Amino acid sequence: MITPNSDQTGSLFRLATAGSVDDGKSTLVGRLLHDAQAILSDQLASVARTSAERGFDAGEAPGQSDRGELAEQPLDLALLTDGLRAEREQGITIDVAYRYFATDRRSFVLADCPGHVQYTRNTVTGTSTADAVVLLVDVRNGVVEQTRRHLAVATLLRVEHVIIAVNKIDAVDYSEEAFRAVEQDIRAVAAELGSPDPRVIPVSALHGDNVVTVSDRTPWYRAPEHLGQALLPILEELPDADTSLRSEEPLRLPVQTVIRPHQDYRGYAGQIASGFLQPGDRVRLQPGSHITEVTSVERTELQTQLAGGEGMPQLATPGESVTIQLAGEFDAARGTLITDPERPAAELDELTTRVAWLADSPLKPGARVLFKHGTATVKALVTEIHDRLDLSTLTSEAAEELQLNDIGTVEVKLASTLPVDDYSVSKRTGAALLIDPTDGNTLAAGMIRVPEPEEEPEAQSDEEWLSS
Amino acid sequence: MSSLARLEAESIHIIREVVAEFDRPAMLFSGGKDSVVMLHLAAKAFHPGPVPFPVVHIDTGHNFEEVIDFRDRTVERLGLRLVVGSVQELIDSGELQERADGTRNPLQTVPLLNTIRDNRFDAVFGGARRDEDRARAKERILSLRDEFGQWNPRSQRPELWNLYNGRHTPGQHVRAFPISNWTELDVWRYIAAEGIELPPLYYAHHRQVFRRDGMIRAVGPHSLPTEEEPVETMQVRYRTVGDMSCTGAVLSEATTNELVLQEVAAATVTERGATRADDRLSEAAMEDRKKDGYF
Repeated sequence: MITPNSDQTGSLFRLATAGSVDDGKSTLVGRLLHDAQAILSDQLASVARTSAERGFDAGEAPGQSDRGELAEQPLDLALLTDGLRAEREQGITIDVAYRYFATDRRSFVLADCPGHVQYTRNTVTGTSTADAVVLLVDVRNGVVEQTRRHLAVATLLRVEHVIIAVNKIDAVDYSEEAFRAVEQDIRAVAAELGSPDPRVIPVSALHGDNVVTVSDRTPWYRAPEHLGQALLPILEELPDADTSLRSEEPLRLPVQTVIRPHQDYRGYAGQIASGFLQPGDRVRLQPGSHITEVTSVERTELQTQLAGGEGMPQLATPGESVTIQLAGEFDAARGTLITDPERPAAELDELTTRVAWLADSPLKPGARVLFKHGTATVKALVTEIHDRLDLSTLTSEAAEELQLNDIGTVEVKLASTLPVDDYSVSKRTGAALLIDPTDGNTLAAGMIRVPEPEEEPEAQSDEEWLSS
Repeated sequence: MSSLARLEAESIHIIREVVAEFDRPAMLFSGGKDSVVMLHLAAKAFHPGPVPFPVVHIDTGHNFEEVIDFRDRTVERLGLRLVVGSVQELIDSGELQERADGTRNPLQTVPLLNTIRDNRFDAVFGGARRDEDRARAKERILSLRDEFGQWNPRSQRPELWNLYNGRHTPGQHVRAFPISNWTELDVWRYIAAEGIELPPLYYAHHRQVFRRDGMIRAVGPHSLPTEEEPVETMQVRYRTVGDMSCTGAVLSEATTNELVLQEVAAATVTERGATRADDRLSEAAMEDRKKDGYF
């Protein structure tokens, strides 16, 4: 069962919620936190006080409001996450709010993202680190443009799991027919976008149906043939970043900084993006072809302790922050990528990248930007815009420029070579930022594409040539 | 990896990024548990080298003696340079005025901004956590501040993946919050797991106290009871350690990390709700202070 602040050390699961305005997203988040007992009494008292001051009354239009009521005191659960003055005044979410709760199974970091198209860049922020996205759809409105946009963003960012919460099911009398219509539409959109087939759940954030426990009011969902499960148990069971990490992924360690306390110690510090690392491993320093050997791996005491210590205490795993020493003399510094020599990163000075354009002014060919990748930042030129995704038809079309919130594909020429991976293979070494060199603002999220190495036609031997 | 190991790895990554990308970073260090944990993470991040930046303390002049003592011992142990910004000096020089309610926490903004300006710090680490307050829940891990130190919540930069963009123009600086994603319980679990030393007032002890505004306040030179506020001796501990004039204690028998952990796990009130008068000022008290340059 749920305990408010479980003190066991479960895994950490990152979750983002998104939806269109008035889909009841903040209410759903408030409901999750409240029913998971993550809200302490002074926070509830503060919400109750503000709800009363604003004359909030969930009973006045049951199911019409996207807000929630609990116990004797009607509570506007959205107030739990809408933290800014302007948000509470306007009743909208402007920027991502991070909330924390834990069950016996795992700890959750929840990024509650805005719904307004105007604040899509904040939704991209919240989604970029998520293991799962819960996308809300109002059952009465069905799939709208923002649903497509958010699903496109989740697909583009390759969020591992997408869950569609078809909300306000109470407002259509818990009708299976209404739910199935929306479910069918969303599955069609997901298929068009090439997203993995999502889980679709009927919920009422207002009344709590299928949020923490399966509801009696949706017996058709409850039936075993529909695999009916409430939202929270699903979130507790989804594989997290650790288990999703394929053990066969090649080593990638971007060097953040070199630690040199004295002549005899030169440590390369960084967080392992993928793969494993231990003394004796042969590694390549990229860009470049220098190959050397790992002589020591310093993990933090805590990690060693929690990993059980014995056996292979110097085997570092993906996600760990480490400091390693390497054999020999060579030129390696911040920006160097330490890789598996058998499966190195591609070294490119011109590349194709998908981008989510997040700036107010449009992107045009010829734009000069800074390209931040891993621990390296290089000057770059956007030479060409290949296409932009049309959210109404879900097809890519030719484009001259990318506007705010557009998703497109562009060609970038880099001032120097970078070691990169395809984003679909490795998020950490396939992701990049486009930055405005003048004011330093982040212009776009970039997801690098690395073409599959072309199968070289096998060279015929001389004998074969002569005999054919 | 456990959630705690993952949080630790993330924080160390953030601290190293900031140190690598900025010319003159510094870390706020008050001796409070969050800043103690943050400094511990910094020491790990650069081990076996030294922590490569100075620490800054904004001294309200109303601090608990035990905390100042702890601060000085820690700075000496790690061989750090300590920069102190003083609220008292600014009150003495007339640049700041004592507030009617006697609370000095909101007065820290001016000496903080002066210290950043005078030392030309371009990045300042803070131990703020997003679970502490709903305005803090909205702030990026790297938060750009203008020349007045102000936070503009309406136009925060996108912050994507673990790629932190610290670009800024002259006059601007960045506040970096490496333990943004930790909860109060995570902090205590980490303190217990790592055996981190804290100032003694985080553990249950007997102290002369009085009650004011529903809070238990220590009797001290800057926190005096009125005639209607009887003084009692109680067994208490502190959940947060700030200015004596606005920080309350909680009744507690928890004398060890393990016992404190149990208490925190069972708590029904947030640490700020329980013990911080400065956050009760208004519904958006923290947001308003941040917009003025608070951390």
